[in-house]
Amino acid sequence: MKIHEYQAKELLRKNNVSVPNGIIAFSLAEALAAYDKLNVKTAVVKAQIHAGGRGKGGGVKLVHSRDEVENVAKQILGMTLVTHQTGPEGKEVQRILIESGVDISRELYAGIVLDRAERKFVFMVSSEGGVEIEKVAAETPEKIIKEWIDPEKGLTADQARNLAVALEMTGTQIDSAVDIFLAVWTVFIQYDCTLMEINPLVVTADNRVMALDAKMNFDDNGLFRHKELLDYKDESEEDPAELEASKFQLNYIKLDGNVGCMVNGAGLAMGTMDIIKLYGGEPANFLDVGGVANAETVANGFKIILSDPNVKSILINIFGGIVRCDRVAQGVIDAMDTVNVSIPVVVRLEGTNAKEAAELLEKSSLEFLVATSLADAAEKAVAAVTEGAQ
Amino acid sequence: MSVLVGNDTRLIIQGITGTEGSFHGSQIQEYGTNLVGGVTPGKGGQEALGVPVFNSVTDAKTATDCNTSVIFVPPAFAANAIIEAAEAGMDLIICITEGIPAADMVKVNHTIKNLSTRLVGPNCPGVISPGKAKVGIMPGFIHQEGSIGVVSRSGTLTYEAVHQLVAAGLGQSTSVGIGGDPIIGTTFIDMLSLFSEDDETEGIVLIGEIGGTAEEEAAQWVIDNNLQKPVVAFIAGQTAPPGRRMGHAGAIIAGGKGTAAEKVAALEAAGITVVSSPADIGKAMAEAINTK
Repeated sequence: MKIHEYQAKELLRKNNVSVPNGIIAFSLAEALAAYDKLNVKTAVVKAQIHAGGRGKGGGVKLVHSRDEVENVAKQILGMTLVTHQTGPEGKEVQRILIESGVDISRELYAGIVLDRAERKFVFMVSSEGGVEIEKVAAETPEKIIKEWIDPEKGLTADQARNLAVALEMTGTQIDSAVDIFLAVWTVFIQYDCTLMEINPLVVTADNRVMALDAKMNFDDNGLFRHKELLDYKDESEEDPAELEASKFQLNYIKLDGNVGCMVNGAGLAMGTMDIIKLYGGEPANFLDVGGVANAETVANGFKIILSDPNVKSILINIFGGIVRCDRVAQGVIDAMDTVNVSIPVVVRLEGTNAKEAAELLEKSSLEFLVATSLADAAEKAVAAVTEGAQ
Repeated sequence: MSVLVGNDTRLIIQGITGTEGSFHGSQIQEYGTNLVGGVTPGKGGQEALGVPVFNSVTDAKTATDCNTSVIFVPPAFAANAIIEAAEAGMDLIICITEGIPAADMVKVNHTIKNLSTRLVGPNCPGVISPGKAKVGIMPGFIHQEGSIGVVSRSGTLTYEAVHQLVAAGLGQSTSVGIGGDPIIGTTFIDMLSLFSEDDETEGIVLIGEIGGTAEEEAAQWVIDNNLQKPVVAFIAGQTAPPGRRMGHAGAIIAGGKGTAAEKVAALEAAGITVVSSPADIGKAMAEAINTK
């Protein structure tokens, strides 16, 4: 789960990480009230969307007066912000953070991620703040300093000090940075984060260390023990079809193609997308219906897939293990009765009770294209696009 | 020979009285696996699936001399269940549970790394040595005894590969689902090593997917150890968009890393046959075996 910058800063502030004063605004009036309340001359107006690269996209502006706040807030609120992470369609800005300006002397980077190969969390810092860390990692990897975190001890004060020294901090800056690094780690592990980025971490002109930006992602598998985080969920940031699918416990991701697919299992679902592409088609989605592929699941799957107007054919690929194919077949037949499916549907059922399933489909009065293998299914589904487009 | 599970397996089920544990437990028994007991805290002394239930893995070990445990307990308790089984001295722990927090798995790996136990999973279909033992949730009947080792991060895609192998006349020595999570116990490298030492295994099918660097590490292992057995690989997620989690918690291209293209290139550089279509796995393995 992703949250907004202002929400991440709220969590950090609660846990004694120094962040600039800031107030969230959903309207122009709130933005002006926030500026008045901050009672500073220089402030920053920051668009709150889940994607990164907001500054470059024009979503972050420095302001020096109430008039400027008004102009900038008008401009940013409601704008469609396009960044390298939003895709070309962009994202509408509905919330802006009004924040006190900070006199910066140095911009640095601090982050924590899961190192899958080492099976540990790793704390990373870099003197190259404010730029994309992926770029630093690719071009100048020696500029990233890492400390792997012992799962029993957590980040130690020694490690935090090493990181501060590696950033060429001096005097009180070091103590200030150590406090921040330890607090950031505490927040990270306390809330089951999968990623935390402070970019930039800044040293102010008066030698304080502060988190000027904050990005936090949470482990979906850990949310059951952090119900309070669910209040931070912003559903407007999610694709409506994906949100709808999640309500039916379906794992759906919308893509740009026109061959819809419904598959059991994530690996097979990816494999099915891949083979559609190999046969010259473009997958319209990833959809894993999981272990229960009954009439209701299939019907919901159809509804979600058909909510995408680009879809011109549907491929159902089920490898029955625990799931019995004859039940899936009956599910498909029942679902086609309740959902109006006007485009070609290719069905490929293999595994447990595949033969009984084939008989059921054959006896049904509905029109399916029955496929005999994975390759056959992909070929038929791609060919059916032309037919479905008519 | 087979690896991990076989005729010597003496299995217990942690979570035997739960819905999943009892359903899959009966399937495991039907396949002929030697199930000797189960564990559900607080239900010690009862019986389930015709075997005794114990309060702890240690109790089960004392009474049954079990050497393998399969875990079906819910995600919130699964990490402790793994640690309990490892500390009780299980040789092999297979964790089926999906949805364990990554931070829990970091702790589990740290705790068990110095114990003489092997963890498979979590979030995996388990392990099967056809004709000998099934310890997992895969459909037993699609498998056939033979000489191909299968290792995969997926579930149903593994069944698809097995189905193709059987259609091509190739049985399996052992098929292992290592799991779709970012932090898992047994890796591709562990399985390549076991298969390379197994006399009965003549060829290996490796099914990877986007996310992480496990496939690249496997490719490097093949080079470093000069593996002589043919390997056929498929990487799922060639069409997956970056930054999106494709069902499995570990299947995500993050920061431009973990793409299918990188993995395919690394595997090919190690002399591994990488098929671009998931429908060609069986055929490619048959060709590799016949031209060996």
